[in-house]
Amino acid sequence: MNRSLQSSGGYTDPVAFELLADGLLRIDPSVDRTSLYLRAETSDFLRFNRAALRQATSVQQAHVTLAVERGQRRAESTLTLGGEPALDMERLRAECELLVSQLDLISDDPWLSYPKAATHSRRDDGGALPEAAHVIALVHELAGVKLELDLVGFYAGGPVVHAFADSLGSRHWHRVESFHFDWCLYHRADKAVKTSYAGTHWDDAAFAGKLEEAARRMPLLTREVRTLQAGAYRAAFSPSAMVELLGTLGWSGFSLKSRRTGVSSLMRLERGEAAFDAGFNLDEAVALGTAPAFTAEGFVRPDRIALVDAGKLPQSGGTLNSPRSAAEYGVAANGVGAPESPEALRLGPGSIAQADLLSTLDIGLYVSNLWYLNYSDRQACRMTGMTRFACFWVEDGKLVAPVNVMRFDDDVLRLFGSGLVGLTDVPEFTPSSDTYGGRQLGSITTPAAVVEGFKLTL
Amino acid sequence: MLDTLEQHARRAAGRLPATAHHWSVRGVREYSEQLSVRQDVAEAPQRAHENGAMVTVIDGGLGYAATSDLSESGLAAAFERAHVLARASAGRTVIDYEQIARPAASGRYANLVERPASSATLPEKLGWLRDVCAAAGGDTRIVDRHATLWHVKTEQLQFTSDGARTEQHWEFMTPSVQVTAHANGVTQVRSSAGQYNGYCQQGGIEVLERARFRESEGPRVAREALQLITATACPSGTFDLILMPDQMMLQIHESIGHPIELDRILGDERNFAGTSFVTLDMFGHYQYGSELLNVSFDPGREHEFAGFAFDDDGTPAERALLIERGLLKRPLGGSLSQARAQAQGFEVGGVATTRSSSWNRAPIDRMSNLNVEPGDSSLEQMISGTERGVVMHTNCSWSIDDSRNKFQFGCEYARMVRGGRLAEVVRNPNYRGISATFWRSLAMVGNSETVEVMGTPFCGKGEPSQVIRVGHASPACKFSNVDVFGGAL
Repeated sequence: MNRSLQSSGGYTDPVAFELLADGLLRIDPSVDRTSLYLRAETSDFLRFNRAALRQATSVQQAHVTLAVERGQRRAESTLTLGGEPALDMERLRAECELLVSQLDLISDDPWLSYPKAATHSRRDDGGALPEAAHVIALVHELAGVKLELDLVGFYAGGPVVHAFADSLGSRHWHRVESFHFDWCLYHRADKAVKTSYAGTHWDDAAFAGKLEEAARRMPLLTREVRTLQAGAYRAAFSPSAMVELLGTLGWSGFSLKSRRTGVSSLMRLERGEAAFDAGFNLDEAVALGTAPAFTAEGFVRPDRIALVDAGKLPQSGGTLNSPRSAAEYGVAANGVGAPESPEALRLGPGSIAQADLLSTLDIGLYVSNLWYLNYSDRQACRMTGMTRFACFWVEDGKLVAPVNVMRFDDDVLRLFGSGLVGLTDVPEFTPSSDTYGGRQLGSITTPAAVVEGFKLTL
Repeated sequence: MLDTLEQHARRAAGRLPATAHHWSVRGVREYSEQLSVRQDVAEAPQRAHENGAMVTVIDGGLGYAATSDLSESGLAAAFERAHVLARASAGRTVIDYEQIARPAASGRYANLVERPASSATLPEKLGWLRDVCAAAGGDTRIVDRHATLWHVKTEQLQFTSDGARTEQHWEFMTPSVQVTAHANGVTQVRSSAGQYNGYCQQGGIEVLERARFRESEGPRVAREALQLITATACPSGTFDLILMPDQMMLQIHESIGHPIELDRILGDERNFAGTSFVTLDMFGHYQYGSELLNVSFDPGREHEFAGFAFDDDGTPAERALLIERGLLKRPLGGSLSQARAQAQGFEVGGVATTRSSSWNRAPIDRMSNLNVEPGDSSLEQMISGTERGVVMHTNCSWSIDDSRNKFQFGCEYARMVRGGRLAEVVRNPNYRGISATFWRSLAMVGNSETVEVMGTPFCGKGEPSQVIRVGHASPACKFSNVDVFGGAL
């Protein structure tokens, strides 16, 4: 076989990965296990400003992490794959030899843990995606010519693959062919309506419908802007705003290592000093998301891990336990990767009908989007961040006036504990739009929320 | 693989149709090694090899195609994809790319490396980390210790249909040690220069010496972590604030660097990283800070993390003052953004700082080495001239609004100043302000003895997103009447 794989779909094709795995992962008596973890994508990236194209980029990339393990020692190396199978195989074999030689240079790692038996899984979510040229033309015609909108946005589409194979015979294949297009329609300065259209099957009419619906919301932004004073406000968070809050909670909050070293943002929950509202139920629900059901080391992920149960920690502890932390702290691993960060968070529904969100808020702040969240006191679960885009002052359950951006600084355990008025009844699935290094497959599913006493500071 | 790139690419480019106005190829080869010792246990060494190229074609519009297949057929496929995108975007782009003047410079750059990382063996490097990690222990209140070393070696080759050819070589080194201490219900984290690697420089093993990494960082970080767990919370109120260089770098980054990126001002980032309170008409007129504020773009500064000779558009990079005596003079914008601003009627100038994170991303306006120039005050003068103040070290929390105006930053470690003298250590120090007014409260600027050359490997921006290296050299600086507060516990 000497043809270029890139011209035949590259490593987003399972045959290509199988060839690599079968050729490389032979039984080697000098190691206990050799493994390959592949991340590949063929992506179109289109960025628009003022409904015109700023950059159009096609990216074909494949990275494979090659690892060797012997006893309590492991060495690993990540390489870009070129697409010439013979050349890729030659480079991987040379790298493998080097890694095996490194095992003699390092010491035993008592917390190293890796699978001892073969496992298998396969998921292939096929799609029907548009050509990049079609999206460029559609945005130009609809947003630029027909609606004359100041659209700034980003389209990313194409197949993303994560695959794993090892010398024990494990084979995992996870391919998602999808697109994600999110954009802002700007009124002026920092006032905009943000919308997204994501999925596996593109539909011109659905895209046009979302664009036109967003355009219809623009006149609200032309109303006189209100500036709020610092203080505590009754507030409604859209699912987009909730994604930011829950995503930040996932930054160390559920990590076993962070809990055991005392740096988790949920230490007060762990110590029983605080609790979420009894209607607050949080899971890591891989089966309902788009993330792979296996880790880079080849561990299989369970469908669901309970993180918060009726406002408190579940019997299991509500932590994400990587194999390494599990070994170090003497608990069972639960199939998460080394960062111990959630990839498929799901907040359960409440009882507020979606259509009643604003009437339940009655008077207060509707937060469409939040931005740049961080901890101002991590151990106290105190977060800060900014409101962004189309946030409104609400009276009598109706949007009255856009508000200028405000900084909040608040205790999230209190906000979703004693401060929680309720959650809406239909959680919304939000796929990750992150593209650092490559397109990410995480997601957060969450309802909207109404809270009391949301603290604005500046 | 870069040795055959040019030959393959020039042959592949020959297949472009005659209508193709311009093409370029930028190849990147990068090797990195990350080593880590936590709680005296060495974790698995992680190596990485990146090889790939970005092809750019202008034909009516502009198209980019990235590939890790550097064979002639792989590059030909990339040229074809870039050309398809260029044609598809013709007449629908933010500016007519065919009309933009392109630099035709050629040259070679390599940063100074006294002792390459490859001159030490893997056991030697792991041994250093073991020593640093062990030196950060020795007290039962220390519950976690972690020492890391991250080395990167990068080569970049760029050539164009106009005959321009630039070749650049860099080595980067980032050491870090982090300690978590706990006692009586209080947990505190202290690090050598930030939990996200603030001490990062170009160079080899000599960087570890400049960082005093093996010499004293382990005991120093442990000592300060132990001070923090017995410290009182930072008080709330209006104080004079002295920021040390490992917090100044974050203050510069978020509230000067990002707001003056020209592509933000032109609106490219409004869907993701945000817009800016700075507008095109402010350059040459706007008083950004007090007259003590001088900010430079300095790609040639020795050791600093983001030094280079040519940006990724191929423009030769030269030092320039962006803010002089507090006056905003020019933005962080490369040749394309400057042309776009000019097309809107604004001659704002700029600097050569169009950069990409790697072979698989198209270049955009970035910070590079962005520095505050030293003044003439010693640290002792700044402290002795402060009646009621706080000295803050090392960023641990950062948040700023969409327009880069309202900010709130937190630090790992602080000391109160009372009556012109350093007083007690306080924990969880935070402060907040507004960029547009904060820099005007700059009251004293430290002299060259207070300067540290720092940076970050993790500046994020762009769609698709790009994490890039940025350098920040700064003296200690004093600001008047800042809103300071502590944590909740």
